[in-house]
Amino acid sequence: MSVESSRQPALTRRRWLDIARGLFFACVLGALVTVPWWRSEGGMRDLVEFFTLLALAQMWNLLAGYAGLVSIGQQSFVGIGAYSLFMLGDRAAIHPFLAVALAGLIAAVISLPTAAVAFRLRGGYFAIGTWVIAEVFYLLTLNGTDFGVDLGGGNGVTILSAAQLERSFRGHGTYWWALGAGVGSVLLSYLLLRSRVGLALTAIRDDETAARSIGVNVLRTKVLVWVVAAFGCGLAGAVIYLNLLRVQPEAAYDVNWTAYMIFIVVIGGIGTIEGPIIGTIIFFVLQQKLSQYGAWYLILLGSIAIAAAVWFRGGIWGVIGRRYDLRLFPVQRRISTTPGA
Amino acid sequence: MVWLNQVVQGLLLGGLYALFATGLSLVFGVMRMVNLAQGDLIVLSSFLAFVLAGDLDWNPLLTLVILIPLMAILGFAAQALLLNHTLDSDLAPLLATFGLSVIIQNSLLEHFSGDTRRLHAGAIETESIRVTGQISIGWFPLMTFLVAVGLLVALQLLIRRTQIGRSLRATSDDRRAAQLVGIDNRKVYGIAAAISLATVAIAGVFLGVYSNFSPTSGPSRLLFAFEAVIIGGLGSPWGTLVGGVVLGVAQTVGAQVSVGWGDLTGHLVFLAVLLIRPRGLFARPELV
Repeated sequence: MSVESSRQPALTRRRWLDIARGLFFACVLGALVTVPWWRSEGGMRDLVEFFTLLALAQMWNLLAGYAGLVSIGQQSFVGIGAYSLFMLGDRAAIHPFLAVALAGLIAAVISLPTAAVAFRLRGGYFAIGTWVIAEVFYLLTLNGTDFGVDLGGGNGVTILSAAQLERSFRGHGTYWWALGAGVGSVLLSYLLLRSRVGLALTAIRDDETAARSIGVNVLRTKVLVWVVAAFGCGLAGAVIYLNLLRVQPEAAYDVNWTAYMIFIVVIGGIGTIEGPIIGTIIFFVLQQKLSQYGAWYLILLGSIAIAAAVWFRGGIWGVIGRRYDLRLFPVQRRISTTPGA
Repeated sequence: MVWLNQVVQGLLLGGLYALFATGLSLVFGVMRMVNLAQGDLIVLSSFLAFVLAGDLDWNPLLTLVILIPLMAILGFAAQALLLNHTLDSDLAPLLATFGLSVIIQNSLLEHFSGDTRRLHAGAIETESIRVTGQISIGWFPLMTFLVAVGLLVALQLLIRRTQIGRSLRATSDDRRAAQLVGIDNRKVYGIAAAISLATVAIAGVFLGVYSNFSPTSGPSRLLFAFEAVIIGGLGSPWGTLVGGVVLGVAQTVGAQVSVGWGDLTGHLVFLAVLLIRPRGLFARPELV
């Protein structure tokens, strides 16, 4: 094939793909927003779980897939989000639906001092460092009464402000918040990666020293991603517990939250926005079918993680995307073959 | 006096933490790999010792004769079959060892349920030397501390004086240069993993006699091991022992203040060291 003949068709195909993609997203979003009117309550609760998992996974993907920050401590922010919802809703009498957004902000603010500690460690030791920090938040919550903040200790608390809302009102509101968190996490990742920050992140990922030498502020970029991910995880944590209503420290700060994020991202394809979406679908189906087997289910997930580390690094989307040159969320720069395009 | 006793107990506990940390530090020193399964491997050894001691009717300390070679072979095999294929990336070894950690923990849960167990080593467990009215030193904690010191000395000798040690040091300093002079780095990594898991076997048995353990004990052992390494300073073996002691004392003194504060105080001291002396107390650019 000559260069001449490959130009026009390529361009047309891209343009059609853009339009098709736009229509596709509009239809999917339309269908999802109207779910409360055509799905059962149980189906809606499943979707709340699905979208919050998606949001968590997208945040971990931003950290590990783009900023090279492999965190095993994102459960910090899930727990902080959950307990912020309780404090704001039950103690400060703020409407729970508003408190969800504030819970995300609180997680983001708290993440700044944690960065000051965690960022002194690199690579694998950064990973364990974030885990220690999560343990600290867990223990502080558990022993809250010793510091004058009663968070229910090991028994946890019930978020009464949310529990007392009218049932279908709470169900709908929770669902839309979850949808917003899920779709928002995808949109946030997309916009962030297409911005200057995305360009800086790509440069850092390829070669940190080179990036620094051309003027990329590596630390600031990484801290920004860290704070954004904390916001996302905090908000998702608040939505999860808006749904569950009862918060216990052991469950809220469970390292399994991060384990799930890791499995989802790795199965779907790390370093892509599509990967965590596919990963969440697969993880969700597996969970529905296999979670009754308890330990065996987790053993399977662990095996998948090892297989992904050793044999298929790109995950599912890594294979599909490369095979068909397909991108639902184009965030990478392409060399244009058409002048002026 | 109560406080002084807590400090003494914490100091001895530091020996156990140094045992936890040695393998982690060695693997990191040689191949820049962080083994997230360290804690679960320690607990796996405790359970293996539990089964062996029960089946053979042996003192659990004696099971080390079987456990050390067994864990060493396991380490070599895991390194050769799996982990050597992950070392070209930053994320992959973390992912693989995290997967391993989840598999070990849940397999133990499946086989042994969530109950806590304990290894019983006979009289040495409970007997102690009474120093003063309120301070007494248990024989077993003292023995653990001495074993930790002995292990560190033995590792030093191995690394400084033997052919294997020279290969380990060379590979740690510059993998490519080591390859040029005929050192097979994959084999060296296998040996490092084998030594690391041999120390894990010792750590597991001593953990089992020292305190209760359950399938979910692994992650917090990993965190203690990691904290001992970082407090002491990367690449400093005696630093790791001091790091373990600092952590142990922080935990026992914290627990004396309020029951729930033991681990928390340990973590906070670790974070404080990280803020004030990010390279640890005895950082030296050397191998374990």
